[in-house]
Amino acid sequence: MRNLAPAITIATPATLRLEKEGRSARLVIGGEWVVAEAARMDRELHGIDAGGSADIAIDGSGIVLLDSAGAWLILRTKRELEAKNARVSSIDLPERYRQLFERLEKECIAPPVTHPPRHKLEDYLARLGRGTIHVARQSYDLVGFLGRVAVETSEAVVAPRRELPFPAFIHQIEETGLTALPIVGMLAFLLGIVLAYQGADQLKRFSAQIYTIDFLGVGFLRELGGLVTAIIVAGRSGSAFTAQIGTMRVNEETDAMQTIGLNLGEILVLPRVLGLMVALPLLTFFADVVGIIGGMVMTYFDLGITIPAFMRELEGAITLRTLLVGLIKAPVFAFVIALVGCFEGMRVERNAASVGKLTTRSVVESIFRIIALDAGLSIVFSVLGF
Amino acid sequence: MQDEGRPGDVVIRIRGLVNAFGDSVVHDHLDLDVKRGEVLGVVGGSGSGKSVLLRSIVGLNKPQSGSIQVLGRETAEADSEDLGGLQLRWGVLFQGGALFSSQTVAQNIEVPMRRWTHMSQELMDELAAMKLSLVGLPPETAQKYPSELSGGMTKRAGLARALALDPELLFLDEPTSGLDPISAAQFDELIRNLQQSLGLTVFLVTHDIDTLRAITDRIAVLVNRKIKVGTIATLRQDPDPWIHEYFSGVRGRAALGEQG
Repeated sequence: MRNLAPAITIATPATLRLEKEGRSARLVIGGEWVVAEAARMDRELHGIDAGGSADIAIDGSGIVLLDSAGAWLILRTKRELEAKNARVSSIDLPERYRQLFERLEKECIAPPVTHPPRHKLEDYLARLGRGTIHVARQSYDLVGFLGRVAVETSEAVVAPRRELPFPAFIHQIEETGLTALPIVGMLAFLLGIVLAYQGADQLKRFSAQIYTIDFLGVGFLRELGGLVTAIIVAGRSGSAFTAQIGTMRVNEETDAMQTIGLNLGEILVLPRVLGLMVALPLLTFFADVVGIIGGMVMTYFDLGITIPAFMRELEGAITLRTLLVGLIKAPVFAFVIALVGCFEGMRVERNAASVGKLTTRSVVESIFRIIALDAGLSIVFSVLGF
Repeated sequence: MQDEGRPGDVVIRIRGLVNAFGDSVVHDHLDLDVKRGEVLGVVGGSGSGKSVLLRSIVGLNKPQSGSIQVLGRETAEADSEDLGGLQLRWGVLFQGGALFSSQTVAQNIEVPMRRWTHMSQELMDELAAMKLSLVGLPPETAQKYPSELSGGMTKRAGLARALALDPELLFLDEPTSGLDPISAAQFDELIRNLQQSLGLTVFLVTHDIDTLRAITDRIAVLVNRKIKVGTIATLRQDPDPWIHEYFSGVRGRAALGEQG
C-alpha cells in the first residue's frame, strides 16, 4: 500500500450524503475534497443512487478545501445526473472555489484519456515484418557505408588531399589498444589456463597429455586468441565508437562540422578504423603470448611439464604460419568492429535514448559479424590448405 | 491547497545556504523566504546558480551548509525517500520538460497519481484529461509520445504532470526558454491563470524579463553569490551594475515598455 498518511493530514475527511424528499433530492457534500480523498469519494459517488429524483440540488457549502480533483468529481457527478435526465437545480459552493469550478465546467469537456491498446497477434506479425525489412535495409545501408569508408580510406592513404588526422589516429591506437592491455591480458591468461586444464584432463586418458601443448598452441594462436580479443574489443571499443559519435550527433557537433565544411568520414571514421586496424593485431599478438603463458603455468602445475620441455613441444607443434593465420584475421575483425561502431553512431537520432539503443545494437551486431566471419574464414583457410 | 494555510505564510524558508562546486562558490549564505500564494521570479546571469537553488530546494542537490525548509520540512539534508511525501505537495517542471520518453503523455500525467493515490484507472484517465485541458492541450495529445511533441507542447505536458496531484507549490525551471515569443506569452498567461484558480505558490526560475513583468509578484536576483529580493520598481533603484543593466539595459527597458 502506498501511504499518503505522512504527507497529508486530512483534518476534516470528505463526506457525502444524499437526502431524498419525494421527487427532489439534495446531495450534501462537505470536508476536504482533495486529491488524497479522491479515490474514496470516487467509490462513494459511484455508490449513490438518485434514481427517481427529477430535481437535485448539490449542496457543497460544507466544503472546507477543494482542489481540481475534488472539483472534477463534483462536476462529473452533475454531468452524470444530467445524463440520466435529472435536473441539477443548483450547485452551492464556497465563494472562493466558484471560479475554479466554473473554469473546469467551461474547459473540461474532453472524454477521459485513452491508452494505446496492448499488443495483439497482428501487431507481433507486423513487428516481425517491419523488423525484417529494417534488417534488410540496414544491411544495404551498411554496404553503402562500407563502400564510402573504403573509398575514403584508400584515398586518404594513397593520395591524401590534406594532412591525415594523425594525432587522432595515434589517440585511437592508445584508446583502443594500450588501455585494453590489462583486460585482454587477464582474460587470455585465464583462458589459457582453462584450455590447458580441460585439454590435459581429456588427453590424460590416452596418456597423451604432452599433446595438451599442441592443442593449446594451435587452438589459441589460430582461433581463440584472435576471436576472444576481437569480442572484448567489440564490447569495449565498438560500443565506445557508437556512443562517442552518437553523443556528438545529439549535441549537433556533427552538424556543426558539416556546416564548417569538415568531412565527417575523414575526421570521425577514418582515425577509428585505421587506429583499430593497427591496435587489434597488436592486441591479438599480446593475447596469444599471454594465453600460452597461462597454459604453460597450468601444464607445469597439473602435468609437471617444465618450461624448457613445454617450449620444445610448442616449437614442434606450431609454425610461423599458425601464428600468421590467427593474426591475419585481426585487421579484418578490426575493420568490421570499427565500421559497425561508426555506422551505428552515425545513425543516432537527436535524442539520448537513441544513443543507448544503438550502442547496444552496435556491440551485438559486431560480435555476431565477427563470429560469422571467423567461421567463414576457418573454412576458407582449411580449403586452401593453410 | 491541501493544507489550511493563509496567504502570506512562509512556505519555503532558506537560511544560510552555501553551495560550492570545487573552488567556485555559487551561493554564499543565502537567505530567502517564499510566501504562500505568491509568484516569485528568480533571475540571475548564466552560472549564477538559479537552477542550483531550485535543485537544492527540491532536494536534488545537497548544499554545503545551511537550512532549507519547505512546508515546514527540512529538504537540504534529506534523501528523496525521507522527504515524507513532500513530493505530493509540490510539482516540478524541468527545463526540458523531462517527460518519461517511454510513456505517452497521458501515462506521464498518471505517474504521480499512481505513486501516491489509490484512484481507479477510470478516475485517473478522467483527471488526466482534465489536466490536459487545463494546460491547453488538445485531447488527442494524450496518446502521443514525448518525441512527437513540439517544444511548447512538451512544456505544457510537463506542466500537466507537475499539476497531476494538485500541489501547493509549483517549481518552474525556465518555462519559457526555447519558446517563440507568442508561445512564451501564452505560457505566462497560462501559469498566471492556473496559479490564480488553483491557489498555487510558484517558484519561477527564468531569464525572460517579459515573464517577470507579466506574472511575478516579487523578484529574487542572484548576483555575486548573494540574493536580492524586491519588485521590479524597487530593484530598478538598486546600485548593483548587473541588476541595473538587467532592468535598465536596452532589452529591459523595451520589455518594461519604455522608450529607448
